[in-house]
Amino acid sequence: MLKYSIKRLFQSLLTLFIIVTVVFLLMRLLPEEGYFGDAYEKLDEAQREAILTSMGLRDPIHIQLINFYKNLLKGDLGESITFRPRVPVMEIIKDKVPYSLYFGLASIAISLIVGISLGIAMARNKSKFWDKLGTGYIVFVRAVPAAVYFLFIQIYITDIFKLPMLFKIDDPKTWILPTISMSLGGIASYAMWIRRYMVDELNKDYVKLARAKGLDSKKIMVRHVFRNAFVPMAQYLPATILFTISGSIYIESLYSIPGMGGLLVEVIKRQDNTLVQALVLIYSSIGIVGLFLGDILMALFDPRIKLER
Amino acid sequence: MGKGAVNKLRNSIENSIKEDELFEFAEFDEEEAKRGGYSNYSYWRSTWKVFISNRLAAFLLILMAVLLLFTFIQPYLPNQKSPTKIHNHPETNLPLKNLRPNEEFWFGTNSIGQDLWARVWSGTRTSLMIAIIVGLWEAIVGITIGALWGYVRWLDRPITEIYNIINNIPKTIILILMTYIMKPSMFTMIFAICLTSWIDMARFVRNLTIIIRDREYNLASKCLGTPTRRIITKNLLPYLVSVIMLTIALSIPSTIGYEVFLTYIGLGLPVKTPSLGNLVNEGRLLILNPSQRYQLIFPSIVVSVITISFYILGNVFSDAADPKNHV
Repeated sequence: MLKYSIKRLFQSLLTLFIIVTVVFLLMRLLPEEGYFGDAYEKLDEAQREAILTSMGLRDPIHIQLINFYKNLLKGDLGESITFRPRVPVMEIIKDKVPYSLYFGLASIAISLIVGISLGIAMARNKSKFWDKLGTGYIVFVRAVPAAVYFLFIQIYITDIFKLPMLFKIDDPKTWILPTISMSLGGIASYAMWIRRYMVDELNKDYVKLARAKGLDSKKIMVRHVFRNAFVPMAQYLPATILFTISGSIYIESLYSIPGMGGLLVEVIKRQDNTLVQALVLIYSSIGIVGLFLGDILMALFDPRIKLER
Repeated sequence: MGKGAVNKLRNSIENSIKEDELFEFAEFDEEEAKRGGYSNYSYWRSTWKVFISNRLAAFLLILMAVLLLFTFIQPYLPNQKSPTKIHNHPETNLPLKNLRPNEEFWFGTNSIGQDLWARVWSGTRTSLMIAIIVGLWEAIVGITIGALWGYVRWLDRPITEIYNIINNIPKTIILILMTYIMKPSMFTMIFAICLTSWIDMARFVRNLTIIIRDREYNLASKCLGTPTRRIITKNLLPYLVSVIMLTIALSIPSTIGYEVFLTYIGLGLPVKTPSLGNLVNEGRLLILNPSQRYQLIFPSIVVSVITISFYILGNVFSDAADPKNHV
């Protein structure tokens, strides 16, 4: 187990290193006007050169990369260019983290609880009305672009319940809809997978034996089928984290939540390269950590998985 | 060849006309054939039978066929307007902005006076084209790499390591990064989506290839001297067909989804190109005014119908193409 964890950790660190390097190099490909923000027009050629040199952008590329890593280890990701000029990126992002964290974690928790309950209910009523309704929901959520149904939820549900359309920190009613919207995709995935695994398990011999012994079907479901079906679910936890990341970018911007996702959309529109770079790196790291934890969890849950290869 | 033999051959050719009358074709009788242990099984016919027996799938297949045909011939039909032309009022010469749906403009006009009906179909063409290119790329690259990965043993380790690294990065982030760095264009969009889309496909094909490669029936086939070509087309391909069709069908909803998402965050196609993403986004800007919500609703309905249909069709077809589901 320890050997596997260390190997997996090493792999994650390698990925992180590759991502940081590639993102840094790709960002250098962008035109140099990007470093001046609104001041570009006012400066002449010599002044621009001077600024670029002082920022270290005239150094050879490998020196730049090493400097970037040094600053990264100190927790310094540069300064904002157009969004809030000359303010350190980390300071801007620091205020945004709690919101993203709350919405992300809340939606993962709701996805797990509601999705698994829905999946169990569907497996128990296989081919009956509720199963069909649930399948319809799953197909809809997985097929239609989230960008479309998020919008309709925002327009019509706020209309029906007379809720404000945008997020307000001190109005708890405005916290509900974004959280629910962000969970919809996760609920559908979990319901789909748990239903599939439970239906598979139900056809196995040990269930027939349990029936023949005279156990009542509720007990079989909870004690036997669900336990076995739950194990492979651990591998979908990281997928949910990735899913939540893309959902949060959209939802936060749609409801004007002051989180990192909304910030990313904003700085892309404002062409603030350092902030985009920082947010891309943060989101990739979250993804990598999520996948790492998911793999470790799965290895813990399921002793059948061979750890040494 | 002796002279006698040549004569014999000539005689037999002359006689052949008479011999034709001597024989007659036996009617093919399925019941009789089954008694002799012959199975009239055809992979494609069974697939089709299972597929079409699902009434919803049959309906959606017809619906999508009609819709695709219509989308591509729409500009050549009479009385269609250009998707980019700004319509002006004939007398005042002011642009006809935000007209609600009427007889002249079936879906109304948008905020600068273009015909929404024409824009919706033009957008559908653009988005479907992107989706189909991505789907084909995914199938070709995914299957090639997946087959090599599964079949060539020494490639297994290196490709697995590369896969682990790429798979660790959130796809959305790669998409955002690539479209941010490159200029907004159709090529950028296709390139960014293609960059990662083949990975899942490759892994899937690899797993299938490994499972099928060492199956007993393939071993038996090989021992009986079946050529590799036949093993691939008859033993391997039927399993892959369902995967390929599923991938192409599912790449349509997912690509349209990516496009709508990227457009929303400001990294989509250039605004002047009508696409489903651009149309939804244009409609989104007007949601505060309920009387103009039709500009969001029409493109959204088209997006939903297309994505749901292809999602269901892909899943039903992949079930039908699985030989295990054939009777």
